[in-house]
Amino acid sequence: MGMINVNPTRMELKRLKTRLTTARRGHKLLKDKRDEMMKRFLDIVRENLELRREVEKALVLANRGFAVASAVMSSEVLEQSLMFPTKTVELEVSYKNIMSVDVPEFSFAESDGQTIYPYGYAMTSGELDDAVDGLSRLMPKLLRLAETEKSAQLLAQEIEKTRRRVNALEYVMIPDLADKIKEITMKLDENERGNLTRLMKVKDMMIKEQFEKSENAV
Amino acid sequence: MAYKIAVLGERESVLAYKTLGFEVREAEEEETGAKELHALAKEGFAVIYITEQLACRVESEIAKYKDSPLPAIILIPGKTGSLGIGMKNVHAAVERAVGADILA
Repeated sequence: MGMINVNPTRMELKRLKTRLTTARRGHKLLKDKRDEMMKRFLDIVRENLELRREVEKALVLANRGFAVASAVMSSEVLEQSLMFPTKTVELEVSYKNIMSVDVPEFSFAESDGQTIYPYGYAMTSGELDDAVDGLSRLMPKLLRLAETEKSAQLLAQEIEKTRRRVNALEYVMIPDLADKIKEITMKLDENERGNLTRLMKVKDMMIKEQFEKSENAV
Repeated sequence: MAYKIAVLGERESVLAYKTLGFEVREAEEEETGAKELHALAKEGFAVIYITEQLACRVESEIAKYKDSPLPAIILIPGKTGSLGIGMKNVHAAVERAVGADILA
């Protein structure tokens, strides 16, 4: 396949040989990277699935409570009750390096309100309390979900890239280089043989000439 | 630097998140949803929760942020319950990385 024109010179041969060793080493390293990334990725994704299952279940529950509350209360009252939250949340983002992929890590700081309920209890229904309570308890998990899901996405992208590189090295570059090297060695050998035959032929001719000369002299 | 969290979706689904101190933006339609999404990303929200009901309409817009570290756009079930899109996305990530969904 790699029958592209190459200069059959020793210099080219040497250059190709270094490239081949580099490619082999790169291939091995990338393969190791891919394997390790895959391992980490699967751990993260398993956690992600687990969290998602949990969070979705809890959120559906909270939504249900909320729906009941909005059925019991008028929408104006509901909106008024939720209009001014007691707390604000601030997010700190740091980056963690997983196999040279920067993934975000979230930590949050809540301003401490005395209560999570931004309303008095007189006008609202109990279902709303439950929904709000459920949501606020879910908060750390929601953030952890965001963290793992983003990490999983970023890692998946990097793994895909690495896998492509590994394959390109393994199935294209390395065989190509090996082919070229073989081609050059064969050409060089052929030249060597040609040269040898030529020399032998010349020697024969010279001997013959010498022989005839001495015969004439006699 | 301090970041903020936002929730994007239909009014009835996202109202409750106000109590958590999240920034709540309402959007029902594809157009407003996409606009709000890009606005939120530009304003420096690190995490954007978006309801599945809205997410399935602005899927291509969400995909634009998939490979950048921030913002993390996370699907959550809306008022009508889970549509399974969030789960599907996780499996899609597995398929992308491994080549086949081995956790299905």
